[in-house]
Amino acid sequence: MSDIGLHDTPPQGTPPQGTPPVRGSRNAVIELDRVGKVYRTGSIAVTALRGVSLSIEEGEYVAVIGPSGSGKSTLMHILGCLDTPTSGRYWLAGENVGVMSETQLAEVRNRRIGFVFQQFNLLASMTAWQNVELPLIYGGVPRAERKDRAMSALARVGLASRVNHRPGELSGGQQQRVAVARALVTEPDLILADEPTGNLDSVSAADVLRLMSELHEAGRTLVLITHDVEVASASQRVLGIRDGLVTENDERYAESLR
Amino acid sequence: MSWLETFRTGINGIRSHRLRSALTVLGICIGITAVILTVGLGEGAQNQVTSEITALGTNVLTISPGSSTSSAGIREALGTASTLTLSDTQALSSPVVAPDIKAVAPITQSSETLTAGSTTWTTTVQGSTPQWLTVRGRTLADGRFIDNEDVADHTAVAVLGATTASELFRGIDPVGQTVDVDGVPLTVVGVLTATGSSSSSTDQDDLVVVPISTAAERIFGGTSRNSVSSIVVQARSSGDLTAAYQEADHELLALHDITTPADADFTITSEQSLLSTATSVHQTLVILLDGIAGISLLVGGIGVMNIMLVSVTERIREIGLRKALGATPGLIRRQFLVEASVLGLVGGALGALLGILGAAFLPGALGDPISISVPIILGALAVALAIGIIFGVYPASRAAHLAPIDALRTE
Repeated sequence: MSDIGLHDTPPQGTPPQGTPPVRGSRNAVIELDRVGKVYRTGSIAVTALRGVSLSIEEGEYVAVIGPSGSGKSTLMHILGCLDTPTSGRYWLAGENVGVMSETQLAEVRNRRIGFVFQQFNLLASMTAWQNVELPLIYGGVPRAERKDRAMSALARVGLASRVNHRPGELSGGQQQRVAVARALVTEPDLILADEPTGNLDSVSAADVLRLMSELHEAGRTLVLITHDVEVASASQRVLGIRDGLVTENDERYAESLR
Repeated sequence: MSWLETFRTGINGIRSHRLRSALTVLGICIGITAVILTVGLGEGAQNQVTSEITALGTNVLTISPGSSTSSAGIREALGTASTLTLSDTQALSSPVVAPDIKAVAPITQSSETLTAGSTTWTTTVQGSTPQWLTVRGRTLADGRFIDNEDVADHTAVAVLGATTASELFRGIDPVGQTVDVDGVPLTVVGVLTATGSSSSSTDQDDLVVVPISTAAERIFGGTSRNSVSSIVVQARSSGDLTAAYQEADHELLALHDITTPADADFTITSEQSLLSTATSVHQTLVILLDGIAGISLLVGGIGVMNIMLVSVTERIREIGLRKALGATPGLIRRQFLVEASVLGLVGGALGALLGILGAAFLPGALGDPISISVPIILGALAVALAIGIIFGVYPASRAAHLAPIDALRTE
């Protein structure tokens, strides 16, 4: 925890907990201030992030691109409140999530973030609409309303005719669209997609990316994490990540990967 | 998220792993069935012993010859000396001497071989008086009992127990038939009503009652024809039992010229004391059975824990996903606890059902009664639920504290 002591002074003094940071833009959904992450396994310490500062505004479509081992998964976990930084600060929609308990983090994930995973992560025993309904159950939404919202989210991703299919009865592309519907259904502040096209053929991948662009046009804030330059190029803004450090709009980095 | 939602999610979790859930339920089910049957068996045996003893009469005292402690302080077996006589019986019969005694029956007994036609049967032959019927609380199914004239005249008559009658005279009406007891032909004048007691050691239905005089003169023979094997005394009511005891004790001590009660050459036992002895012997059996049942429940509980732990490991991705979607640790814990307790309860219910079925059909095969009571069933269900919860707590809190990223990372 000594890392926090060394890097814990934000440039404009300490903002009160729970209020939007003074720093950065008016409508920042994500605000990272020198976020570091060190994994400790016994006596071995592995530094995954070495002081990442970035700001993502409402309505932005940002791709984070980096090779494996670059720290992009760690960044994704921290952005998604699935893990907490060991140093620095993170404000999500104005809330300082670094100081939250596990239960509070669960609530923040439920309310503010929609996840799309590479492995889809749908529950095989449930139908498409039941999978989409899941975050609403944890959000305490009444039963009748849940089904309506799940149905309209599925309609939004073009799966109105597949609501009663189980994941096993859907193609990979369709499964990922169910996952996108699940990410949408809570109207989150941020949709976080981790290699959403990684397990898809090129046609389905293009399909899912088109859906992402549509969501962006509809005003959603999207962060897409990938190692694929093609995928990153669909976004509005590209962040490069390498050796635990993020570089803004790194066109040369993108070029170097070609 | 409400409890109802948690319950729904839990049921869903159980249904999506049918085989594993079924095996867990089976483990609990067997445990609960074992508990219900063993406890029922113990209780059934207890009831049987109690009813057999109460059938002998609760307001009855049995006086046996011999002392539990000899004058030299050495314990001797009861009945080692024939110190009781017919005159003792007559003395106790007097309402002046013993006002609280309603009836007295002397009994002499011996094991004899009976012959009827070509059928032979060995059983207990008891010589007694007409009071036997009263003090034993028995009734006649057919014919008449021995009367005072039979006793006075040494009549060659016999009254058979139901089992004895059916063994000797299959399908024939025994009344009026002749049965040879040790070479002495006796006319059967009556048959006793069956008591239904099936305990082989003390079969109340397998015996022959003859007039005590007939037994002494014609059958048993021997030197001391006045001595009796025991005297059965019936008090006016069970409340008068203590008074009857004291009267009998006092009178017999006086008749036998004994001044120190400790030197008494007879022993008086009540069925009550027999009952408490039988109960205490029985308690050991019940503890043993309950111990076995408890162990089978423990094994069932460990089964639940094992399955739930496997379930947590196998569903690590699901747990991670649920956490990513906003499930708090508390909700995850609740979900797994609900699953474990539903498994326990379903197993318990099935076990109770199997136990009831077993109690209905097994006694026919085993020959032992199994008694099932509502408290036993409810208790077993509560135990099954408790097992689900107790053995579900550890797996559930393991699931609750999984880090979502570790859970999602697992391929």
